[in-house]
Amino acid sequence: MEKDTSIFVRGIGKRYQIGAFQERQDTLRDVIVSRTQKMGNLFRKGSSKSKKEEIWALRDVSFEVKQGQALGIIGRNGAGKSTLLKILSRVTDPTEGYGELRGRVGSLLEVGTGFHPELTGRENIFLNGAILGMQKREIEARFDEIVDFSEVEKFIDTPVKRYSSGMYLRLAFAVAAHLEPEILVVDEVLAVGDADFQRKCLGKMGDVADSGRTVLFVSHNMSAISRLTQESIVLDKGNVLLRAPSSEAVDFYLNRGLSKMGERYWEEDEIPASSAPFKPLTIRIIDKDGHVSDSVRSVDPVTVEIEYELTGDITGLRVGYYLFTTRGEPIFTSFDTDSEELFREFTSRPKGVYASRCIIPAHTLNEGRFVLGVNASSYHIKRYFQDDQALSFSVDASGAAGTQWPEPRPGAVRPALEWKIEERGRA
Amino acid sequence: MVEAKPLTSNQVVTIKPAKGWLGIDLQELWHYRELIYFLTWRDIKVRYKQAALGIAWAILQPVLTTAITSIVFGYLLKVDSGNLPYPVFTLAALLPWHLFQLSLQKSSISLVGNANLITKIYFPRVIIPLSSVLAVLVDFGISLILLFVAMAIFKVSLTWTALWLIPLTLLTVLASLAVGLWLSALNVQYRDIQQMVPFLLQIWMYATPIVYPITIIPEGMIRDIYSLNPMVGVVQGFRWALFGGTPPDMSLLFSSIAVIVLLISGLFFFRRMEKTFADVV
Repeated sequence: MEKDTSIFVRGIGKRYQIGAFQERQDTLRDVIVSRTQKMGNLFRKGSSKSKKEEIWALRDVSFEVKQGQALGIIGRNGAGKSTLLKILSRVTDPTEGYGELRGRVGSLLEVGTGFHPELTGRENIFLNGAILGMQKREIEARFDEIVDFSEVEKFIDTPVKRYSSGMYLRLAFAVAAHLEPEILVVDEVLAVGDADFQRKCLGKMGDVADSGRTVLFVSHNMSAISRLTQESIVLDKGNVLLRAPSSEAVDFYLNRGLSKMGERYWEEDEIPASSAPFKPLTIRIIDKDGHVSDSVRSVDPVTVEIEYELTGDITGLRVGYYLFTTRGEPIFTSFDTDSEELFREFTSRPKGVYASRCIIPAHTLNEGRFVLGVNASSYHIKRYFQDDQALSFSVDASGAAGTQWPEPRPGAVRPALEWKIEERGRA
Repeated sequence: MVEAKPLTSNQVVTIKPAKGWLGIDLQELWHYRELIYFLTWRDIKVRYKQAALGIAWAILQPVLTTAITSIVFGYLLKVDSGNLPYPVFTLAALLPWHLFQLSLQKSSISLVGNANLITKIYFPRVIIPLSSVLAVLVDFGISLILLFVAMAIFKVSLTWTALWLIPLTLLTVLASLAVGLWLSALNVQYRDIQQMVPFLLQIWMYATPIVYPITIIPEGMIRDIYSLNPMVGVVQGFRWALFGGTPPDMSLLFSSIAVIVLLISGLFFFRRMEKTFADVV
C-alpha cells in the first residue's frame, strides 16, 4: 500500500448461509434435530441435499481511497453497503479477500451505540466516547464542545431515558462527531433529527473531510452524497457496478432503476433480533387502480400498505410511517391506531399476519420523490422496529392544483385548497 | 498477529479472513484498558439504579443467604461447623462463592446482552465478559466489610494469614472468568446456555464445601477428584486464611491447575468463536 493510500481492499467477499439463518440453530435441540434428520437422510435416496443456501452479501469488491478523500457508497437496501462497512470497521471478518487500512477507524454505524438509558448525559458521553475509541483525556478535552454541539447542557446530569428522542440523537451525534479518527465510516446518521440539526451535522461532516481525514459515507440521501463526496461507488447485489465522480454515480444509480420498485421486502438479515415478536414483511405503494407502483399521481389517492407478522401477542402496538423528502425533512407521521376507534379496537393484537393500510388522499403531495420510514412500536414501552429508509416513490403532479403554470412549486405538499375571490366594489 | 493494535496515525491494519486458533493479544487489551474501565464502571453504576436500597444489596444478598443456610443447615440439620459459629463458617465460604456465582451469571449472558455493541463497533470481544466479572469484584469488596463485622461480633480475630485472601480472590476471579469465557461464547450460538447456568450453579454450589465441612467427603481418590473443582480450594483457603486450622493442602494446587487449564482453553475457544459473534448474535 502506498503512503498516501488510506484504504485498500482487494477481492473482498462475505458469504452468509441463509438457510442456517432462517432456521437458526440457536438451541441445542435444533442442532440435535437437524443432525438426526441428516443421518436419516443418508438412508433415504436423493433427499440428502442440504437445505442450506449460501449468499454472497459481497463479492470481489476492490477499491482504494486516498488519504483525505471522501468516498460515497450508494446502493439500495441489501446491496451490501452495510456489510462492506462492517468489514472495514472490523466488526466482522470477510470470507475472502484482503485489505489494509491506514490509521484509526472510527465507525458511526449507528449513533448512540452503547448509550445506556439509566446513565446521565454526562456519563454517556464518557461511556460512548470510550466505546467509539476515544481516550478519556480526549473526551475531557472536548467535553464542553460536545455538550455545546448537542444543545442539551441543561439536562446533562439527567438520565438519558428522560430525554426526548431529538435530544438523545443530538447528544449521540455530538459525541460521534467529535471523534477524530484517520478514517471515518458513516452510515446514514444524517437521516435523523430536524432539518436544522441535519444541516449542522452535514457541516460537521464537511469539516472532517476538509481536515484531511478519509471519509466513507453511505447514504440514501443523494444530495448529501453529492455535496460531501467527490467520488462514489455504486453497489448492487454485492458487486461494485461503477466508480465515478459522485454526480455521475448518483445519476447512474437513479437512472438504472436501482432505486425503483414501489415495493420492498425485508430480508431475514435486515431485521434485527430485537424487533421480535414484530416481523416486517413488505411495504408497498399502491396506485388508484390497485397496482403496486413506484410512481403515483398527485391527483389520485395513494395507498401505503405495510404487511407484518406478529410471532407473539403485542399490546398497544402501533404500526405506521414517516414521510420524508429525499433530503430527509419530515413531512408527516401517521400510525394505524391514530383514530380513536381503531385505537380502542386494537389495544392488543394476537399473533398472526397483518396488513395495515393507509390512504393518502388525492391532492396531498407535490411532485418529487418521497421516502417512507416505517415504525412499529408500543408507546413508551418498546420500539420494535424502525427503518427510516423503507421505500421511496415518486409523485407526478400533472393535473394538480396550479399546474396550468408549468413552474416548479416549492414545498412537499400540494393541497387543492379552497379559495374565494370577492369583488369589494370598484375603484 | 498482524491485525489489531490500532492507534498511531500511520499504523496499518490488515483485514483478511481469520483462520485457525488465535491467542489473546495482551498488548491490544492494554491499549483498550480505558474501555475495560468504562464498561466495568457502567455495569456497577447501572446494576443498582432505581433500586431503593442501592448498593446495600451487595451486603444484603450474602446476609440473607447466610441467614437461610444457617437456619436450614446450621440450626435444623445441625451440620458440624467445627469450633466456629455456623453463620461465620458459612459466610466465609459464601462470600467467595457469591463472587463466583454472580460473575458467572453476568459473564455468561454478557455477549448477548451487549449485542448492539458487538454488531456495531470493533474492540477485543474478551473485554465484555472481563468487565462484567470485574464489576462483580467491586460488590465483593463491599461485602467483605460484612465479613469483618461478623468476625467482630463473633469475636474471631484477624491474623496476617488474612492476606492470603488476595491471591484466593484472584483465583476466584480467574476461575469465573475461565468458565465465563466458555459459556458466554457458547451462549452466542446456543441460548440454551443461559437456561442451564442456574442449574449449573446450583450443582456447583453443592459440589463445594459451603454449607458443609469438607471432612464429610471421603479422603483419597474421591477427595482428589472433588478438589478439581476450583472453588473447593478457594473456599477452604478462605476459611483457613480467616480462622486458621488446617492450611490448604494439595487441593489448592489441584484447583489452581484446573483454573489455568480452563482459562487458557477458554481464551482460545473464545478467540475462535469471536469471529462469528457479529454475524450470529
